[in-house]
Amino acid sequence: MSGVLIIAEHRRGELRPGTLELVTAAQGARRGTDKVAVALIAESPETLIAAASVAGVDEIVTVKVPAREFDPDIIEAAAKALIEARQPSLALLPHSIDAFGYAAALAAKTGCGFASDVFRFEYLDDRLVATRGGYGQKVNIEVDFPGKAVVLLAVRGGAYKPPEGTASPAVSSFKAPAVKSRVRSIEFIEPPAGDDVDMTTAEFILSIGRGIGEEANVQKFRELADKLGATLGCSRPIADAGWLPKSRQVGQSGKTASACKLYIAMGISGAIQHLAGMKHVSTIIAINSDAAASIFSIARYGVVADIFEMADALEEQYQ
Amino acid sequence: MKILVAVKQVAALDEDFEIRGDGRDVEAEFLLRDLNEWDDFSLEEAMRIKEASSAIPVEVVVVSIGPEEADETLRKCLAKGADRAIRVWDDAIENSDPIAIARVIAAVARREAPELLFAGTQSSDHAFAATGIATAALLDWPHAAVLTQLTYTPGARTARFRRELEGGLLHEMETDLPAVLTIQLGINTPRYASLRAIKQAAAKPIDVLSLADLSVPASAVGEAGSLSRVRRMYVPEKGRAQMIEGSVEEQARRVVEIIREAAGGAA
Repeated sequence: MSGVLIIAEHRRGELRPGTLELVTAAQGARRGTDKVAVALIAESPETLIAAASVAGVDEIVTVKVPAREFDPDIIEAAAKALIEARQPSLALLPHSIDAFGYAAALAAKTGCGFASDVFRFEYLDDRLVATRGGYGQKVNIEVDFPGKAVVLLAVRGGAYKPPEGTASPAVSSFKAPAVKSRVRSIEFIEPPAGDDVDMTTAEFILSIGRGIGEEANVQKFRELADKLGATLGCSRPIADAGWLPKSRQVGQSGKTASACKLYIAMGISGAIQHLAGMKHVSTIIAINSDAAASIFSIARYGVVADIFEMADALEEQYQ
Repeated sequence: MKILVAVKQVAALDEDFEIRGDGRDVEAEFLLRDLNEWDDFSLEEAMRIKEASSAIPVEVVVVSIGPEEADETLRKCLAKGADRAIRVWDDAIENSDPIAIARVIAAVARREAPELLFAGTQSSDHAFAATGIATAALLDWPHAAVLTQLTYTPGARTARFRRELEGGLLHEMETDLPAVLTIQLGINTPRYASLRAIKQAAAKPIDVLSLADLSVPASAVGEAGSLSRVRRMYVPEKGRAQMIEGSVEEQARRVVEIIREAAGGAA
């Protein structure tokens, strides 16, 4: 039992960024002569080799499967066979939407140690200890895996930075068992454009969350955003309720606010997917009446205040 | 036609709380319990299928793994229209991880033999996003996670759905049945139970099963049946937010300064 096996994620012919973060995560788990291998389970795995050849990767394992896109039955069977054949001490995958669809199944079928949404892990006296959040991220929980020779961890996106630099890893191939696929991919559907706003290019976003209470209050914050020169965004519950179009939703499952430099979150307590989707922003100002809100854990500045009073005061002060 | 909906009574922390003496969880008295938000959407999705089906009757059965206090959550589901409720408990289930819980739910699914098993995408307390999909693996059923749309007509041999990917991209897929599907927030708008329905639900029986009733050995649950074990729970160092104090006016003045500094040309 040795080595780290990373199960790469890809979509529409491209390696997903979370995979490279795992390469960095794996470095701290190297013990002795441990090698870090990346498994490319894909219809044309060879096309992903270049993207996966980053510093810190010792080996790439190509696994050719008859599935162009994510297929839970096929990736699960291939990953299971690979883990059983190689017996790595640690297998890593991103805690992504695709992983939501098969990581726990892979763990249940192989019986290996398992934890998801892990943001830190280390060996203490030769025992792997992984840290994840609990009770809405208000506590940290350390878990271990007694008696488990192989441990599978689904690692939180953004917890590690992708490595800089490239490598020339050895390339091997692995033959996956043939399985019947019971879930079929039909097509991808681009998110609707909604209104004329493009959250991906907005540099200054003011977002509202559940704290606004009711739909009639959206207008107040729309006016505030206009006055401040910000683009109005929202958290998931506001878009789900139809108070703002889905295209205004930011966070992991909403639009990727990749250009955002200044983010004001009003009345957003901070579900984990929202935090994960916004933590890249350099200046986050969180305004919330609940001093214990999770959003304060990623914000640069925190304001505990009534968001309506604060909206009035900001309108007044910003002349 | 039957839909089994797995629900969890989740716990949120009270404003002030204390870690238990053994350092592995929060003292129970500081936990506020409720139906997991995701499960409210799964139940609603099942109710929609039931109410839209005229030719084929649809039975909606809710199941929860938990001690007696979980009855409150099951009654909430009965008040919203579930036909039956099952609760499984045994002291051996204490300290189970999501995979061990999945072994119990899988045993219930074998007994009930539904065409569809719904679970929430994740739970609001520990957010493993694992129980539903692990259950599918133990049953060897097809499965899919994070559904924001489902099209299924009772009697059909497949179901079509959309799962929501990162960045709002949707992936349309089709699955054979029986299947386990995990439901994302926003797939529908969960109903509120009427006062009358709440009263009626109080009188409905909840079928309480033990591990023995399901032929699940004690070694399959608890720490022995889990793939991870909680070592320690602790309150992390406060986040890095620099708190802006003072009156609302003073706070607003400082926020405006920060906006002007940070936004520069952007604002």
